[in-house]
Amino acid sequence: MRFASLRNVAVFGCALLLSGCDFGVLTPAGPVGSADATIMLDSLAIMLAIVIPTIVAVLAFAWWFRESNVHARYMPDFVYSGRVEFVVWSIPILVIMFLGGIIWIGSHELDPYRPLRSIIKPMDVQVVSLDWKWLFIYPQEGVASVNDLVVPAGTPVHFYLTSSSVMNAFFVPRLGSMIYTMNGMVTQLHLEASRVGDYLGESAHFSGDGFPGMKFTVHAVSPAAYGEWVRAAKSRGPVLNPQTYLALEQQSSNVPPMTYRSVTPNLFHQIAIQALPPGPGPQHGEPGPQVRPVAEK
Amino acid sequence: MLFGKLSLHAIPFNQPIPMVASGIVVIIIIGVVSWIVLGGHLPYLWREWITSVDHKRIGVMYCLLALVMLIRGFADAVMMRSQQAVAFHSVGYLPPEHYNQIFSAHGTIMIFFGAMPFVIGLMNFAVPLQLGVRDVAFPTLNSVSFWLTATGALLVNISLLVGEFARTGWLPYPPLSEITYSPGVGVDYYLWAIQISGVGTLLTGVNFVTTILKMRAPGMGYLRMPMFCWTALASNLLIVAAFPVLTATLAMLTLDRYLGFHFFTNAAGGNMMMFMNLIWAWGHPEVYILVLPPFGIFSEVISTFSSKPLFGYRSMVVATLFICLVSFMVWLHHFFTMGAGGDVNAVFGIATSIIAVGTGVKVYNWLFTMYGGRVRFSVPMLWALGFLVTFTIGGMTGVLLAVPPADFLLHNSLFLVAHFHNVIIAGVLFGAFAGMEYWFPKAFGFRLDEWWGKAAFWFALAGFYVTFIPLYVVGLLGMTRRLQHYDVAAWYPWLIASAVGIVILAIGAVCQIVQLVVSIRRREELNDATGDPWDGRSLEWATPSPPPAFNFAVLPQVQDEEAYWTIKQTAREQARLRPEPEYRPIEMPRNSPTGFICAFFATLMGFALIWHIWWLVGFGAVGAFATFVAFAWRDEEEYEIPAEEVARIDRANRSARREALMTYTGPRL
Repeated sequence: MRFASLRNVAVFGCALLLSGCDFGVLTPAGPVGSADATIMLDSLAIMLAIVIPTIVAVLAFAWWFRESNVHARYMPDFVYSGRVEFVVWSIPILVIMFLGGIIWIGSHELDPYRPLRSIIKPMDVQVVSLDWKWLFIYPQEGVASVNDLVVPAGTPVHFYLTSSSVMNAFFVPRLGSMIYTMNGMVTQLHLEASRVGDYLGESAHFSGDGFPGMKFTVHAVSPAAYGEWVRAAKSRGPVLNPQTYLALEQQSSNVPPMTYRSVTPNLFHQIAIQALPPGPGPQHGEPGPQVRPVAEK
Repeated sequence: MLFGKLSLHAIPFNQPIPMVASGIVVIIIIGVVSWIVLGGHLPYLWREWITSVDHKRIGVMYCLLALVMLIRGFADAVMMRSQQAVAFHSVGYLPPEHYNQIFSAHGTIMIFFGAMPFVIGLMNFAVPLQLGVRDVAFPTLNSVSFWLTATGALLVNISLLVGEFARTGWLPYPPLSEITYSPGVGVDYYLWAIQISGVGTLLTGVNFVTTILKMRAPGMGYLRMPMFCWTALASNLLIVAAFPVLTATLAMLTLDRYLGFHFFTNAAGGNMMMFMNLIWAWGHPEVYILVLPPFGIFSEVISTFSSKPLFGYRSMVVATLFICLVSFMVWLHHFFTMGAGGDVNAVFGIATSIIAVGTGVKVYNWLFTMYGGRVRFSVPMLWALGFLVTFTIGGMTGVLLAVPPADFLLHNSLFLVAHFHNVIIAGVLFGAFAGMEYWFPKAFGFRLDEWWGKAAFWFALAGFYVTFIPLYVVGLLGMTRRLQHYDVAAWYPWLIASAVGIVILAIGAVCQIVQLVVSIRRREELNDATGDPWDGRSLEWATPSPPPAFNFAVLPQVQDEEAYWTIKQTAREQARLRPEPEYRPIEMPRNSPTGFICAFFATLMGFALIWHIWWLVGFGAVGAFATFVAFAWRDEEEYEIPAEEVARIDRANRSARREALMTYTGPRL
């Protein structure tokens, strides 16, 4: 009975904490996100086990040994105790050894480069961060999209990521791990959406004036709906080739989602090896670009 | 050509916020300067403060600079919190190009011109006194350090009115900070302000390492130094090792921006990852440069106000040096999300959490210092207790972020922002405030008002939690840092709550200022004639308050870990002071305007470099160099304080001590 009510309080506390939303890293929607969150909560629990007693002891010692407390024994010579020192060094060392194991295993198990275990064959998505929008190229389908990432739920996705200009971080909080995107380099990431749904995606690394407008949406859809989306994407929208890419590279933010009906093969590779030049940065401003360039509105 | 890139367009006439803010600042500066000049205070200021090479005066000026810059940085913080409180489904009142300058300036000012000068100021004031010596090893160099730091602070603040500040964050990551993506002068302001003040900081490091290693009172072996001197030593060793890395890294970025080099550019084989490695090879030790001296302050405060020696002194020394060493081996945890691979991430994650062993040991030793003590809840002790509770939480979230899979979710989120404010506010700022309350009576001869001090503490503590707990939560809700506006409803209430928190913090800041004003007005009542208001244990409390220029009439003989406590206890047991020593004349270094003049030229040079005014660059460089040459060729380095004068000052101190001894009613151990 008591445990049940305790659990209710805990559940209520969590609900209050999350203010009734299905948001953030504590409500993961994929295996990577859940594994990350589990490790995070486990580590937190381990540390709280010594942090809470320590805080209580600080307050208790300070209060009991207050100057006005005549019952407290004054021991001005209590300045060293081998036993206390032994315990004082042992507690943090033991905790860190335990955590160190978690860190070692977690770093390897959840390395962003490590493919996910799944019976379903992973799909590839190439990601380019631009000033200030996200380009997603689907090499197997030959289509591309801006600020909208559509993936089939339940299928592992193997991301290859680069940046057209400055650094960004590709981050979908509910799907799990983030990773940097950098010009001239390709990073990799494996994620999976277990459930159908729309998830917020963002850049987790500040990239300039248009940064807050650099949002995208991950649409995890059923495999059938995914096929449908690919067919629709192939039938409309412009073509993504070096010319249109260079136009897309110009600075802009809050770009409405759009799709490209076809993509020049190897375009991502061209971007990554800088065969296509990096984004040009601010092009106009007032009262003069050397003094105070103004952001795109 | 005459003015380089500088023109009237550089002044943002069309933007009301910086215009009004800088207008107010300019009016205040004009007011203060005319009060000084018209009131005839200039000769006094010049003689006693500006040209002073006395470590105590320089320490006080450092702390004053820090307090002013803390207010400036806090104003930025208020703007950021209020912008995010209103920018839900709206652009708020600060456009991105302005908001981005604000968070960059906030970080830069708080770290380089708020926290650093505060910590260095307290070290300046207290370390030579605690070591029982007359000054630091290189007194004039010390003055140069201070004025170069002030130059950096001035340049950052000029950017408010003339041109712009960096819009890249407090660490200007390339390629965003390269000329292609940041063509304005903002990053240049950052670079030259930090380079110039960085020279000052490096000189401070050299100065203090030398002072602590070579200039201790007779009998004060390393293991008899007060804990604050140990942490100051560790911190300055880190400065000496780490600041050249910062200088070199920023120099490379400067070469990229000014001369078309390709260290960190996208093009021609530049690599931004190198910048991140280098900047954090400085940046992580910097965290410990900031927090180690406050650890020392807390050690002094907790021991003094528990009326007990520090528990496990040797253990604390080991823990301090352990932190000092390991802090150089953890920098990669600032970019686990770069994809370095499982082995690298795991090694740096474990190394990072190992630092918590050193800090954990310290926390327990402070705990056991209180055990069996008589704890007095004076203001410094309140800050220390607030620190112990709050810092433990911040340390825990830090170790959490050292677990790479957790960092993959929380990196660059507001959870991270909450974490480092949790450790820097609770560690560095609380420590600096504790130190200020603790040593203020020593510096000025009167205490700070207790009531306003307590009010400041409780508002700061409550304000901290109300501001930053919501930021932990929104971080878990996936909110990244540095967002000028957002559309996610779930974040909104928490950012409102955080804005309420900053109001509470603001009340705390006002209490802190009122405390200073009230205390100065009531200085007669709060007067401390004894020179030992807290029943202190280390040598600074053996001097009168404020201490004379030469600190100690005769260098004290140190017999154990608590030099002054032993002297005091002997006097209490025998109910008399030690016999009067034989007074001799004392040679002290002369005042020197070197620091001020040098910084004047450095300011010109920095400003000219930012605006590409090349003739002025040459003028400033030659001027600063000529100042040094003139100083090096000086004839008279020192002046002599006659033995009678030394005797007069020390006899006054002795008679105050004798009176205190006669009225002492405590236990005679």
